[in-house]
Amino acid sequence: MKTHVTTTINGATVEFLCQPRQSLLAVLRDELSLTGCKEGCNNGNCGACTVMLDGLPVDSCLVLAVEAEGAEIETVEGIAEQGHLHPLQQCFLEGAALQCGICTPGFLVTAKALLEKNPQPSEQEIRFGLAGNLCRCTGYDKIVRAVQAASQASPES
Amino acid sequence: MSTEVAPDTQTPATYKVIGTRPVRHDSADKVTGKAVYTDDLHVPNMVFGAFVRSPHAHARIVSIDTSDAEKMPGVLATCTSADLPDPWDKVDNLGEGCVNYAHLSGNVLARNKALYKGHAVAAVAATDSYLAQEAARRIRVEYEPLPATMCVQDAMRNDAPLLHDELITHTLDDKPARPSNIASHIQFEKGNVDEGFAAADVVIEREFKTATVHQGYIEPHVSVALWNEDGRLKIWTATQGSFVVRQQMAELLKMPVSQITIVPCEIGGGFGGKISVYEQPVAAVLSRKCGRPVKIMMQRDEVFEATGPTPASFMRVKLGATKDGKLTAGKAWLAFDAGAFPGGVIGPGAMCVFSCYDLPHATVDGFDVVLNKPKTQAYRAPGSTHVAFATECVIDELAERLKIDPIEFRLNNAAKEGTRRVDGPVYPRVGLVECLQAIQESDHWKTPLTGPNRGRGVACGFWFNCGLKSSVTANVNADGTVTLVEGSTDIGGTRTSIAMQLAETLGITAEDVIPQVVDTDSVGFTDVTGGSRTTFATGLAAHEAALDIQKQMVEQAAQIWECSPDEVTVADGVYQGNGKSLSFKALAVEADKVGIPIVGRGVVDPQCSTNAFAVNLVDVEVDPETGKVTILRFTVCQDAGKAIHPSYVEGQMQGGSAQGIGWALNEEYFYGDDGHMRNASFLDYRMPTCYDLPMIDTIIVEVANPDHPYGVRGVGEVPIVPPPPAIANAIYRATGVRFFELPMSPPTVWNAIKGQTTGE
Ligand code: FES
Ligand code: FES
Repeated sequence: MKTHVTTTINGATVEFLCQPRQSLLAVLRDELSLTGCKEGCNNGNCGACTVMLDGLPVDSCLVLAVEAEGAEIETVEGIAEQGHLHPLQQCFLEGAALQCGICTPGFLVTAKALLEKNPQPSEQEIRFGLAGNLCRCTGYDKIVRAVQAASQASPES
Repeated sequence: MSTEVAPDTQTPATYKVIGTRPVRHDSADKVTGKAVYTDDLHVPNMVFGAFVRSPHAHARIVSIDTSDAEKMPGVLATCTSADLPDPWDKVDNLGEGCVNYAHLSGNVLARNKALYKGHAVAAVAATDSYLAQEAARRIRVEYEPLPATMCVQDAMRNDAPLLHDELITHTLDDKPARPSNIASHIQFEKGNVDEGFAAADVVIEREFKTATVHQGYIEPHVSVALWNEDGRLKIWTATQGSFVVRQQMAELLKMPVSQITIVPCEIGGGFGGKISVYEQPVAAVLSRKCGRPVKIMMQRDEVFEATGPTPASFMRVKLGATKDGKLTAGKAWLAFDAGAFPGGVIGPGAMCVFSCYDLPHATVDGFDVVLNKPKTQAYRAPGSTHVAFATECVIDELAERLKIDPIEFRLNNAAKEGTRRVDGPVYPRVGLVECLQAIQESDHWKTPLTGPNRGRGVACGFWFNCGLKSSVTANVNADGTVTLVEGSTDIGGTRTSIAMQLAETLGITAEDVIPQVVDTDSVGFTDVTGGSRTTFATGLAAHEAALDIQKQMVEQAAQIWECSPDEVTVADGVYQGNGKSLSFKALAVEADKVGIPIVGRGVVDPQCSTNAFAVNLVDVEVDPETGKVTILRFTVCQDAGKAIHPSYVEGQMQGGSAQGIGWALNEEYFYGDDGHMRNASFLDYRMPTCYDLPMIDTIIVEVANPDHPYGVRGVGEVPIVPPPPAIANAIYRATGVRFFELPMSPPTVWNAIKGQTTGE
């Protein structure tokens, strides 16, 4: 038995059918081909699957897809606009804030949410804000610096 | 706090591309979610596999009944070890260690006995992944549980339960008559250790223990296999080395390598843990049986319980020194847990234990011990972190006892050009002394640390770094750019560090090179991305390919300018001859109109170690109420030989340091008495988050490697080595308590401080 869900993803109305047990992460990746959000643990501990759900960053592996009915979702695929990278993406790429890159989409979504709430965060606020996202490659130094650089670059949105 | 580059320790060469920080070639894909990792693939008609795993740490497999699962609608195939060809007892070198195919086959799917909790016993393929997991639960396995052995010292005892009935210790001494869990005994000897200790004024001997830790890459193991009707097998996979996956598949499935294509997708971290195959042969067999592509992705608990962690260890290290601070002798006794099959990382551990020092007399005994835990694997400088913890803590204690500054004491004894390591090799030019001096010159060292419960620690680390085989081809395009085709999977920016070396040699920009990582049918043999070898060895191949291109360009220029090739000169990418002059790009455009295509080729197999050293300086604060250790300031200094792309060199240093900090302070497998891992999740296996760490300051020292045209040494592994002892030494200065066990987690530290104040 499948459930019909209508939702908004990156500004466009999207309808899908899903099994009640499917997570939002599974549907985004497997049904809608939005593979930018990643599965690192499937139990809410790594943040690689982070998406925005009604304005809040969530671990999409912990959200059931049926809960997305009527919601607004933004994924990493929606961060760049009309072929232009968002300042955060630009700072990540210029600041070498990624190595393997599997954690990067989750960090970008979380960091964007953080800067929208707090455009000039301190280093501690950045570290606290990103603590739900694991990166095993970088030691976080360059990620924190990229978020600092982005916060100085543009008071956008 | 910032990144510094130590003053050049040699005549500085001027480069146009090397040493700059271009945006890496694949970063737009990786910041927009477009980069394709294996789990992002949706191959047409694909189905999903799931494993059945042993619930026992040690058990005889009495029977496996797959019939109920096979009756479920949507279930397409099942597989057990009976579907794998009989394994052969053959040993092969996979670049970061050897593998015995009989053991590998038995690790992929258990034969007769399950040797650890989580050991794969069977697998199933079904039309959706939930169904596959349900079907896996319907496969009935009857077990006869056996007593398990979980710690190195217990496993070595005569009365320990045996994992392998036939295992006879491999040793230089007489072959033992009885089987045991000791797979091998390695011995090294230099000089006369008794004389050495007799000449010492101070001798210190300590025992150390470290816990099992995992590489902790964020991407789980995942593969898609397609076994075609024509007998060809194609596998998309997350691997550090597509060619070594091909080699393992060919041996395990007994088929020619030419029948197998491995497509390396983007990989979400490896650190040594994504070299051995796990799910790949199983996905292949399931695909052969059901005629459809099969994807298997592990769950996180499967990654912890059934893929290679790096071993727990038990070590005894003894060092002697004279009053004036010269080391006279060293003795090490090291037992590492290999996991369920022989072949852990004791070999490099035994070679590294005294590798930072010029020791006239030493002996090393190393034991590879099997027990009921997952087969251990390499983890970034495999074995070196364990032994550095032991040696560097004893060194610190010696320096203290002798009232010598810990950096001066290390400088007095540091390995340098001409030093013979205990296991034999003599170092060429290396940069340990320069790293120690750079730390002495750092702002961090010169800024005194004040305040209660605070302490500062120092430690050194060594890793060999290897060469091995790499192949590239480079095609000159009609617009003067060059497409660089390579087989080294890119885990942390090596597309760019390799492309930069090609660009430097040709006199073009990094952006004018288009690097592509391709499958095993599309490039020559290339060893793993591991051993800190990729920027060094594949970079060397790219340099050769560039020289090959340059030679062909000279010939074409001579043809265009109607002169002899000898009359054409090249400098900084500008070709001159017969009074004419063209840049590389302009000449490529002209050559395309008149000549044959220009394709460069580079194939290398350097046999050398490039010898990396790193030094850490760390300030900590210990909370006496909770035992929690906070890192206040952290500096890592490392000899990179030459930093091709300094940002990514710093990135390796910072990432390795963070892993070392996790190993020092928190990470460990907790086992229950039943041999079950109690913390198989990222919540309970506690890796550092960014809230746990400060900025990690880097100092890059550049003592050129004589075996590379640009002096590259390779940088990936050594930064994980010094953090545990540096932190232990810092905690000692903060608390007055020396620690001999990893991790130094809050309960351990708290208990030790409490014991000290209550005089226990
Ligand atoms: S996959 Fe969702 S938090 Fe890890
Ligand atoms: S870049 Fe690899 S996990 Fe963050």
